[in-house]
Amino acid sequence: MTPPHGVSQGEDYQPVFVGKVLDELQGILRRYPTKQAALLPALWLAQREHGWISDRIMAEVAEVLGLTPAYVKGVVTFYTMYHQHPVGKNFVQVCTTSPCNVCGAEAVLQALLEQTGARDAGATSPDGKWTIIEVECLGACGFATPILVNDDFIESVTPEKVTEIVRRYR
Amino acid sequence: MGYPHKSHPKETVVLSQYFGDAEARTYKGWVKRGGYEALSQALKMDPVAVTDVVKESGLRGRGGAGFPTGLKWSFMPKEKKKPHYLCVNADESEPGTFKDREIMRWTPHALLEGSAIAAHAIRADVAYIYIRGEFTEPWTIMERALAEANEAGVFGGIKVYLHRGAGAYICGEETALMNSIEGKRGNPRIKPPFPAAAGLFGMPTTINNVETLSAVPHIIKRGAAWYKGLCLSNPKSTGTKLFSVCGNVQRPGNYEVTMGFPLKDLIYDMCGGPPAGRALKACIPGGSSVPILTREETESCLLDYEGVVAKGSMLGSGGVIVFDETTDMVYQIMRLAKFYAHESCAQCTQCREGTAWTTKIMERILAGQGKSKDLDLLLDLSENMTGKTICVLSDSCAAPIVSGIKKFRAEFEAYLAGQRQPVGGA
Repeated sequence: MTPPHGVSQGEDYQPVFVGKVLDELQGILRRYPTKQAALLPALWLAQREHGWISDRIMAEVAEVLGLTPAYVKGVVTFYTMYHQHPVGKNFVQVCTTSPCNVCGAEAVLQALLEQTGARDAGATSPDGKWTIIEVECLGACGFATPILVNDDFIESVTPEKVTEIVRRYR
Repeated sequence: MGYPHKSHPKETVVLSQYFGDAEARTYKGWVKRGGYEALSQALKMDPVAVTDVVKESGLRGRGGAGFPTGLKWSFMPKEKKKPHYLCVNADESEPGTFKDREIMRWTPHALLEGSAIAAHAIRADVAYIYIRGEFTEPWTIMERALAEANEAGVFGGIKVYLHRGAGAYICGEETALMNSIEGKRGNPRIKPPFPAAAGLFGMPTTINNVETLSAVPHIIKRGAAWYKGLCLSNPKSTGTKLFSVCGNVQRPGNYEVTMGFPLKDLIYDMCGGPPAGRALKACIPGGSSVPILTREETESCLLDYEGVVAKGSMLGSGGVIVFDETTDMVYQIMRLAKFYAHESCAQCTQCREGTAWTTKIMERILAGQGKSKDLDLLLDLSENMTGKTICVLSDSCAAPIVSGIKKFRAEFEAYLAGQRQPVGGA
């Protein structure tokens, strides 16, 4: 197979879109009149399977959908939820926008950073288990402070509840 | 009802009747509660007749713009020459707003039913429900409900698909939403052309908000006159609205009231006001993109589209953010500017540069390094960010800045005069 442009030859790459995952993508493609429209769903599939979206995966997605790797990268970099590098086992998003901010969101963020050992937002903890980032409004302002731990949406988090959450997910 | 609180006697419960009722999420549970009768009824009506009922009801878009829904539907071509699309905007990301999430996670079938009726009215073959990526629980619930509804064959020939967003506030802008579905960066488009002429995949398209569509089955079933009658003073704003109250209040939550309801009663009677012993300082009534109201303005404001405009703000999404006397207004306005700077799609120079520059100036002021001409500079930037860009994210950043400086100038000047402890460091 001729590798798509920008990708080095002879590498040991395991394609994402094979077997069941490819079947899933075919099903998704049937929902849209263009292949390009399956891009966001395809990226979600890739991230689900691989944990993050590497340049090499972007090239594979491009090939499968008839796009260029550069185009795919342009889309990946626009959206905040696609990871372009490996993240900790638990990827945590903490809302600190104003409605949650006045309800103590920054203290929740601080507690998470300290208790997980991640220390800085965006960094991965030394044990590889946590990456915590600050995000914008998560749409649960009446349940301040909401956080996402991977796909688990947890409402009404306070610094006191952080200890139990960290224990539960560690 | 103000989920998770019990319904307050002053609420008008229509959309929120089954919030907290887990059985209502199931197809069987929904049918038991009278669900899908409106859809069967609508599918037997001529599409134009359905649109006329919604026009007559006075329903206006509940996403933020308040555009008359029936009128928007009537913009679709009368003759069907190309595929028509319905996009359901479930990208709820406006700070302070959390009502669409509740509709989806408690009454997913209400949204599906309303979407199908709308699709029929605009003669759409396909409806895409665009759900923001962070709404993992609503997504799962909607997926299950959609599977049940498909199995029951309620949609006739209409295809309904869920489409997951991936973290971008701007994708709640209707043209950016369409670009995102098409597999592009979520950049808004210049209008005209309007979506009804050339929208999703270049085809005639209507985009509607979750709350708007959830009202449609009620209107079909109970009639336009009933909906029009739900109005306290101003006949241009009819029906009920879910207000998401948050910030410094004792009982935050979603509360459903008739249009024209006093904001004062919402905050104090229903939500218990700010925490004990603290006075209200400010309120943003419609999600963060509308001007901030002072305490006096808040306490005399009526909650309908024209009523809030009369106070110098907008009803918007109905996300009521309450700030009490402990709030540092300068800090919160900085935090809002930072939000817009983060979310700017970066197409337009005024927005891309303006939101970032505004944030930097605000941070500098908070760090005790503000200069006396900074406030004039902020106002000048805001003026250049208003009415001059492809979409209104830019204007939205200007709203808290302009209203904040006008109404809370003393707090800004305290930082400039070195009278406040610096926050952060440049």
